[in-house]
Amino acid sequence: MGTVSLKNISRQFTINVDGKPHNVQALRDVSFDVNDGEMVALIGPSGCGKTTALRIVMGLQEPSAGQVTVDGVPIRGCGYDRGIVFQHAELLPWLTAFENVAFALEMKGIKGEEMRETAMRYLDLVGLKDSARRRPYQLSGGMQQRVGIARALAIDPKVLLMDEPFGALDAQTREQMQNELIDIQARTGKTVLFVTHDLDEAILLADRVVVMRKGEVAEIMQVNLPRPRHNDAALLRMPEYAELRYRLWSSLHQEAA
Amino acid sequence: MLSKMPRSLLTGLSLTFALILWEIVGRHVDPIFGSHPLAIAEASVALIRSGAIFKALGESLQPFLVGYTAAVVLGVPLGLLLGRYRVFEALFGIYVTAGYAMPLVALVPLLTLWLGLGFAVKVAIIFLMAIFPVTINTWLGVRAVPKSLIDVGRALVAPDSVILRRIILPATLPYIVAGMKLAIGRAVVAMIIAEFFTSMAGLGAIIINSANNFDTATMFVPVFVLVMLAIGLTSLIGWIEKRVAPWQAEIAGRQES
Ligand SMILES: Nc1ncnc2c1ncn2[C@@H]1O[C@H](COP(=O)(O)OP(=O)(O)O)[C@@H](O)[C@H]1O
Ligand SMILES: [Mg+2]
Repeated sequence: MGTVSLKNISRQFTINVDGKPHNVQALRDVSFDVNDGEMVALIGPSGCGKTTALRIVMGLQEPSAGQVTVDGVPIRGCGYDRGIVFQHAELLPWLTAFENVAFALEMKGIKGEEMRETAMRYLDLVGLKDSARRRPYQLSGGMQQRVGIARALAIDPKVLLMDEPFGALDAQTREQMQNELIDIQARTGKTVLFVTHDLDEAILLADRVVVMRKGEVAEIMQVNLPRPRHNDAALLRMPEYAELRYRLWSSLHQEAA
Repeated sequence: MLSKMPRSLLTGLSLTFALILWEIVGRHVDPIFGSHPLAIAEASVALIRSGAIFKALGESLQPFLVGYTAAVVLGVPLGLLLGRYRVFEALFGIYVTAGYAMPLVALVPLLTLWLGLGFAVKVAIIFLMAIFPVTINTWLGVRAVPKSLIDVGRALVAPDSVILRRIILPATLPYIVAGMKLAIGRAVVAMIIAEFFTSMAGLGAIIINSANNFDTATMFVPVFVLVMLAIGLTSLIGWIEKRVAPWQAEIAGRQES
């Protein structure tokens, strides 16, 4: 199981601009669910509160109001039921790829041979078995992000949270990693909530797309394309694909009332 | 053209030029008021033959190593606490800032009243001079650790002590090493002050005795030994850093050619 519910989440920040305090309403009354085994995309212009929403679900940030539940239980801070992939991998630079994954396992209390075996298994899953002993600076951006994904998956969370995980990658690597994520999700059945600013990525990966605007949920769209999907000609030429893409584009280009 | 030469060659050229210049100018100066490299070399040979310089170096090094090691062993954890905990910083930060600026020489008479004129007071003087750069650098280093790396630990539900040891400490290592290097110079100065003002011994004693005999060339020998000691220990720390933290040179700093 792994159903996530955001219930009336709001969040303000007080920031200093030229020495004067300003209130920023990053999120206002945001509510939506991510059902067990579902992939949901969070999309919207930059600054609309996507990262804040994801961090609140992870427990890295407290909401000013509202509540997040996983399988009906309110979260209290971070937990191993959720795993996060950061926008910029955020690997510990002094650890090798293997050690970065093993660190997560060790934190969860998994030790010894089981830790080693599990870490290698997840590095293998993201195709990095042969680079296990490299340090982050010896890996490309795409490889670093894969280690970040392996680290998040290794603790076997019910829910995988991803913040623009492929945003910094070149188009080709991005496509490849999108396809890999589709396979991994199909195999593990994880619940996935991911942030993106890429229309095609949202449609390709998600079962539903949550469109955000100025800290609020503007619209939630169902993606009824057949699975398994892959980023290929067959999908891109479907009329439903074009239709959905147009509706999403329109929604994103609508001015907030 | 200079930018293409190896570092050691450039440094060697610079030193040779400086020594030649000194030799030329120094020969025209009254040997009481100054000296020149050849005269100092002669004096060194005499001090090496008699073994006096080695005995003095040994006497100086003992309190030096004890005081310096204690400064690092206590200074690093103190800096970690100051950087990590706001309350600790507010309560004790002021003493560390003040201690760094304190003219320690002024306190030496008081320290000798407390600790006598022997080994203990020398260690105390060296310790007090060396601990502040180590602590302040560590403190600043902790403040500079990216929040995003700490979030990695928080997302994995790591306890505070684990975040401190496994994330903040390694991330702060470059600052700690810089502090240890600064502390070498200060500890060398402290060692000589200690030898001047307490029981005369070691390299400081040779300096004072030869100055009293107007033997300026001999006086310069321990000064050079001290400089070489400081340079040697500083490079030793740099060498150790490259061994224990090889990632650092790769991810930060100037391009080396
Ligand atoms: N820690 C913070 N302190 C102050 N303001 C913040 C903080 N985090 C986010 N914000 C503000 O909240 C808003 C939403 O930010 P964010 O969630 O990062 O947006 P997105 O990820 O959609 O680009 C922005 O206006 C941003 O400036
Ligand atoms: Mg963001």
